[in-house]
Amino acid sequence: MLGIDDPYVLMAYLGAIAMALVGILYGLIRRNAARDEVTPEDRLWALDEKKVDDEL
Amino acid sequence: MTGHSSVGWVDIVVILAYLFATGYLGWLGYRGTRSAADFLVGGRSAHPIIMAVSYGATFISTAAIVGFGGVAGLFGMSLLWLTVLNIGVGILIAFILLGEPTRRLGHHLRAHTFPELLGQRYQSRAIQIFAGVIIFLFMPLYSAAVMTGGSIFAATQFGIDFEVALLIFALITAAYVIPGGIKAVMYTDTMQGFVMVFAMIFLLVFTYSSLGGITEAHRTLTDMADMVPPPLAAIGHQGWTAMPDFGWGASNYDLWWTVITALVLGVGIGVLAQPQLVVRFMTVRSRRELDRAVPIGAVFILLMVGTPFVVGSLSNAWFAYKGPLVHGQVVEPIGTADERAWVELMQPDAAGTWTPILNPKTAAPVRAPLIISDREAAANAAGEAFELVSGRSIAATHTRGDADSIIPAFIIAAMPHWFGVIFFLALLAAAMSTMSSQFHTIGTAAGRDLYERISHGGHHREPSILVMRLAILLGLLIAVTISYTVRQEYVIARFTAIFFGLCAASFLPAYIGGLFFRRVTRAGALASMAVGLSVSLFWLTLIKSREASAIGLVQWITDGKTSLLADYPNWPTLDPIIIALPASLLTLILVSAVTRPPDAAHLRRCFPE
Repeated sequence: MLGIDDPYVLMAYLGAIAMALVGILYGLIRRNAARDEVTPEDRLWALDEKKVDDEL
Repeated sequence: MTGHSSVGWVDIVVILAYLFATGYLGWLGYRGTRSAADFLVGGRSAHPIIMAVSYGATFISTAAIVGFGGVAGLFGMSLLWLTVLNIGVGILIAFILLGEPTRRLGHHLRAHTFPELLGQRYQSRAIQIFAGVIIFLFMPLYSAAVMTGGSIFAATQFGIDFEVALLIFALITAAYVIPGGIKAVMYTDTMQGFVMVFAMIFLLVFTYSSLGGITEAHRTLTDMADMVPPPLAAIGHQGWTAMPDFGWGASNYDLWWTVITALVLGVGIGVLAQPQLVVRFMTVRSRRELDRAVPIGAVFILLMVGTPFVVGSLSNAWFAYKGPLVHGQVVEPIGTADERAWVELMQPDAAGTWTPILNPKTAAPVRAPLIISDREAAANAAGEAFELVSGRSIAATHTRGDADSIIPAFIIAAMPHWFGVIFFLALLAAAMSTMSSQFHTIGTAAGRDLYERISHGGHHREPSILVMRLAILLGLLIAVTISYTVRQEYVIARFTAIFFGLCAASFLPAYIGGLFFRRVTRAGALASMAVGLSVSLFWLTLIKSREASAIGLVQWITDGKTSLLADYPNWPTLDPIIIALPASLLTLILVSAVTRPPDAAHLRRCFPE
């Protein structure tokens, strides 16, 4: 199939594409499934991070 | 052996335009929202494409494209298992299972670096310092791999010496990472990501269409299995579309263990414990942002690593049927048909006679498999008549067996010149986006995890910016020195695999244990990291022959052997990760089981949910 006789290499070739398809499917299904909120703790963390960034 | 190109004024204009665009985007970024942290501070969400492509651009570098693509040119499509793991582990498992717990734990503990995350989770200054030391000492090895990949391509594309290309590459990197662009400016990363995507799509489509389509291209390569060079066939190479011979206890299984343990598992699993990638999860706004980044990340990685592995393998078919002609004298026919043969390569001298091309290391004539297209009478240097054959050979013939040069040689021989410039920009983009995060990680490891924690007795204070900058400069110098000094067989892929394997064995059990298992103790984590690192280093210096022989200690101990297990087939090719990761995991479990559980109040802080 596809000019590749070794089943394990063919499996890797198709498997890589299949993995990407799983990723696409996951993204579509879970697109809005999780909550999207920024807590005060998240913001505090980002302020710290930004401070080091800016100094650098 | 492929013809060299040179730098034209159009090339210079295109490269300068690209660098200007990168600089302009960076400057625009500095005026407004630029990093992931800025998005978070502003309470806004980075577009999933920006988040995923920026992550992917950090993940993928010249090491994957030039280094591993070249290894695929040598060993074939069995390397595609690494693409499966890169997507399955590096995107699906990393984003879906580890991303959100890492983000939450990092924010609860106010950790900003990977060593800090581990140190805070286990309430251990020693763990943070230990992790910082590992990163500071070994990350330059990975940076060297990235730099070597870019420099080899630049040298081939523009017809300059490797040393000159390395110097230019180092100066561009220094200009990029030292004054300001250390932390990934997400828009710049994203633009670099798009350049990489365009280059890979064009490369893939061009390669397949020039070989007659997908099935036809693969079929051509499959039918070339009898052209595998004998040294590779002896270690189990069965063709570029076949897995290496599998088994244990004989040297003809060596390639299988090299490909699967070092390249596929080492890098495929090691990505989970890459410090510069783990910290990216902490800069993400929410679980939803992670979920939305998964599809783009998966497709991006498929293109970025799938393409070079396929193209690297197929370059053999292209060189064998469309590549430059080479000449020689038949030594032995391949099979029964007379159109393929092993030949000793020859070149014409000034007098018009033909002389053998000699291997600079062995001084023996270079042999290569040839698909013969022409035969003619000729004379050698001694004036004796012989039959000169002309034809085309595999990729390694054109790079003198150097895997790292296969992708550059293919691009320059097969692709239009303008694409070579675009591809160089893609590689520059891939290198810069990865190196900026590597050197940022080296800088923070030195400033935040080592200097701050050692010099102030563990009390928190402001990180030293000067120490960070000096560490970045030192890391850069070490990386350039390694690139300049070490030029061995597929060194780019090997350096990458060593660093990824070291990270997996040293960090992975403690990192995953810290995210999901409350019973894991400080002593368990520290012992696991120490065992993972020690076993890896022991294996690299004394057992794994390729690395051990380069280091030289084992020859001194054993009177010239390249491995303590040199008399036991396959053991010297086994990657450290196969021994070190289970040892590290076992240590984590056993030591945690017999030591005092972590403080309940601290665990409530780590996992308030």
